Amino acid sequence: MRIVFIVILSLFPFAGLAVEPDEILSDPVLEERARVISKELRCVVCKNQDIDSSNAGVARDLRLLVRERLVTGDTNEEILAYIQARYGDFVLLKPPFKPETYLLWFAPPLLALISIIIGAMVLFKSRNRKVRCSLTASDEKEVAQILTAFGTGDNK
Amino acid sequence: MIPELGHFALALALSLALVQSILPIVGAGKNDLRLMQSASATAYGQVVFVGLAFAALMNAFVTSDFTVLNVASNSNSLKPMIYKVAATWGSHEGSLLLWVFILTLFGASVSLFGSNLPATLKARTLSVQAWISVGFLSFMLFTSNPFDRVFPPPLDGSDLNPLLQDIGLAMHPPLLYFGYVGFSIVFSFAAAALIEGRVDAAWARWVRPWTLAAWISLTAGIGLGSWWAYYELGWGGWWFWDPVENVSFMPWLLGTALLHSAIVTEKRDAFKSWTVLLAILTFSLSLLGTFIVRSGLLTSVHAFAVDPERGVYILGLLAVSIGGSLGLYAWRAPTMEGGGLFKPISREAGLLVNNLILGAATGTVLFGTLYPLFLEAVTSDKVSVGPQFFNAAFIPMMLPLVLAMGMGPLLSWKRADLFGVLQRLKFAALLSLIASLIVWYLSERGPVLAYVSLLLAFWLMFATLREWALRIRLFETDMPTAIRRARNLPRSSYGMTIAHLGVAIVMLGMIGSSVWKSEEIAFVEPGTVLSISDFKVTFEGVERTRGPNYFADRGALRVERDGEYVTTLYPERRTYPVAQTTTTESAIRSTPAGDLYASITEPASEIAEDAGAWTLRILYEPLIGFIWLGSIMLCFGGLLSLSDRRLRVGAPKKSESRHAQAQAAE
Amino acid sequence: MKRILAFAPLVIALIFGGFFLWGLNPDRDPNEIPSALISQPAPNFDLPAVEGLESPGFSRSDFDDLDKTVIVNVFASWCVPCRAEHAVLTSFVEQDGARLFGINYKDKPEDAVEWLENLGNPYERIGADFNGRAGIEWGISGVPETFIVGEDGTVIYRFVGPVVGDAQYSKFHTALLAAGAIEGQN
Repeated sequence: MRIVFIVILSLFPFAGLAVEPDEILSDPVLEERARVISKELRCVVCKNQDIDSSNAGVARDLRLLVRERLVTGDTNEEILAYIQARYGDFVLLKPPFKPETYLLWFAPPLLALISIIIGAMVLFKSRNRKVRCSLTASDEKEVAQILTAFGTGDNK
Repeated sequence: MIPELGHFALALALSLALVQSILPIVGAGKNDLRLMQSASATAYGQVVFVGLAFAALMNAFVTSDFTVLNVASNSNSLKPMIYKVAATWGSHEGSLLLWVFILTLFGASVSLFGSNLPATLKARTLSVQAWISVGFLSFMLFTSNPFDRVFPPPLDGSDLNPLLQDIGLAMHPPLLYFGYVGFSIVFSFAAAALIEGRVDAAWARWVRPWTLAAWISLTAGIGLGSWWAYYELGWGGWWFWDPVENVSFMPWLLGTALLHSAIVTEKRDAFKSWTVLLAILTFSLSLLGTFIVRSGLLTSVHAFAVDPERGVYILGLLAVSIGGSLGLYAWRAPTMEGGGLFKPISREAGLLVNNLILGAATGTVLFGTLYPLFLEAVTSDKVSVGPQFFNAAFIPMMLPLVLAMGMGPLLSWKRADLFGVLQRLKFAALLSLIASLIVWYLSERGPVLAYVSLLLAFWLMFATLREWALRIRLFETDMPTAIRRARNLPRSSYGMTIAHLGVAIVMLGMIGSSVWKSEEIAFVEPGTVLSISDFKVTFEGVERTRGPNYFADRGALRVERDGEYVTTLYPERRTYPVAQTTTTESAIRSTPAGDLYASITEPASEIAEDAGAWTLRILYEPLIGFIWLGSIMLCFGGLLSLSDRRLRVGAPKKSESRHAQAQAAE
Repeated sequence: MKRILAFAPLVIALIFGGFFLWGLNPDRDPNEIPSALISQPAPNFDLPAVEGLESPGFSRSDFDDLDKTVIVNVFASWCVPCRAEHAVLTSFVEQDGARLFGINYKDKPEDAVEWLENLGNPYERIGADFNGRAGIEWGISGVPETFIVGEDGTVIYRFVGPVVGDAQYSKFHTALLAAGAIEGQN
């Protein structure tokens, strides 16, 4: 465990906080796109953080890389694909849409659909159900007890 | 000596819990009043002994007794007293002790306030509560003893993570645990009712105040946590959809559903098996949170020391409690008879929509949070599910809920007149449209979804106010009558109004701060001027200051607007030598219109650092304070509702008639 | 129907529980990130030699005519664990006859030279990666990281962190043997 800790420490040769002034592009449109892309990339050495808000060295390198590629005219998708090719799907905070993640992306609409079906079923049933005056098991028991109590009373 | 006494007290509490887990429930089966009543003594006994253990641990922290391992690894003699106290629950072991302490507190309060509960239900509830106690006390004693000694003792402790040395975060766990653990009572009630085979309106009536109390604490805990993230982490974010945040959010979502479905069960005797299921699932999700945070199953920014062995033990507890209760549910639920009938347009149907949406949303968060684990288990591929997924899936689900929320309170039970309701709300709809158009005209352009959300937030606000106005017949009768009616409205009705308004306010804060946020980042030297929003910010320099267990570089920022002095902000960069960590203490100027937020750090670039520059980050986040204002309103609304005498079990019936007329306004 | 529905929550909970049990497997490291490069051709990079060092620079073309599987190690003088790992890598070269290439990651040349003078230089070639760009091409998350590259220039194996300690050593050693970078002792 100790070694892991040292490794983590050694990953932070520089202190800093997220995006640094010298990284920022002079073109505000490109810079805005850079921020959007950075928020979609996971910092590989941090615990569940995007590179935009991470102060790790690798995160800074990736931020600079993203901006360099933006300046050379790459699209957002090309940049994300470039980094994905080197770091894998793991690096994308927005999971790519492919067979492995179909279930993930279809889950919310599926859950919504199930909710709608359940809702419709409940409403339909509640409208059509006839009022039944059946007793629950415990009610039956109670009634039986009362009846026997009265029964014994009658016999006296 | 005292730590050993604490340890001994825990063992005693465990044996009492064991007794309580058997005697009352056996007594309930045999209808033996003496056995059933034994639960009171053991419940009080548990609270006393766990309380003693907790006090013993706190004493070790306060006196900096570094012979106790837990103290040595999480405290330091230089730390301010308040954080020594808070460090009691800063570690895995200590927080678990707090968890169990709150659990026993709730058990004792059922015993104390439940004098009018049916004897068998009360006995069974307390037995189920004791089963949970046994599980967690044994977990603590066998795997996570907070009183373990260390030999030889270190000269000084290694300090608590400085990020956690903060008043917001010191209070965060107790509130969160009151929420999590509060749902245990609701769970125990549900399990007891299933064992008994009887769920009725009276049951829902007993359950609701406990649900409400737990929900209020959880709301406060989550709100406090996000506030802490906002000012302490240094980049102005307040919610990251991190697994650990999600596991606290899921019980909140489902608890909110439970609050609403319990109303239907109480008033209309309907949704019974659903309410029981929600009661079980809400606490199950709380347990799941405890499991995920402490087992290191998922990667998270916030996590305790990870130990798979502990994970296996908690998973066992989960299997027994969740599996057992859901098994009981599968056995008993089909025999539960549905209650009152209602039409597709009615208050019941409205609350059904609320429950279904909240349920689907909870399912989405749960699935998204666990998906990386599922995929890794099946294909050994690793993916990340980040905020982009949750925002895309969660927000569209919430918007219809907000739409329905505006109308729901106006619907009457059983059968409502949708046309009439819309008729009454047309003015609210018009107002919200106008308000959104004004914002659209005045603001910089944002995405369409932002304006849709804004429209719905205004809709909820105006529709809720309209409903209140209808209740007191404002505009319909003379002013004195309206005021009299306003004063006579039950507190629970005001609770609902304020809580719903709180949701609208939270939404405004979320929209404003995420869509119209602006940011300036620059290297600064004394005299550098930045402008953001309509502020002019001058960096005046940095000076070195000292705290009890840290030193800090404190920047001074002079803030002006239209040439007039507004304030001076002092963001700090703190270094804690013992813990070898630095933290960012942001400086914030809060106004209702928005927060001006500043933080400084050493530049990453060596050239800039050698030149003596600092990296200054200034944010302007419009309306962000509304998020916490709205959270406070949610809690306040809950408290108001909790204080309503009708919710207090066994309240005199005569108060009913007065409220009945107010209800008739529907 | 009602009875089946009532069982649904239990069944779902059990499925979730099964996944959790799997996830608690002590061999599983939730923070481990699989490399996207395994079984892929080694990435493109072209690094100059470290100034003041005799070892030549290091680039992708050096993989073109390999006669044997090689080790590629990313290191830096400022990285504390690299110091401990250095001896292990040296032993692979000197005792097992492995070929070792190095990427000197974000280092000052004078520091790197001094470091290698003190500890010895087992590297055949060392490329100086000043801005960490080659590191990104290799998809590294920090230093040290060590790769095994096959004769045909494909990446066979990746090891994150220092090869230090018995467990790590035997894991890496097994991988080296399997890849044919070293001969097994009999």
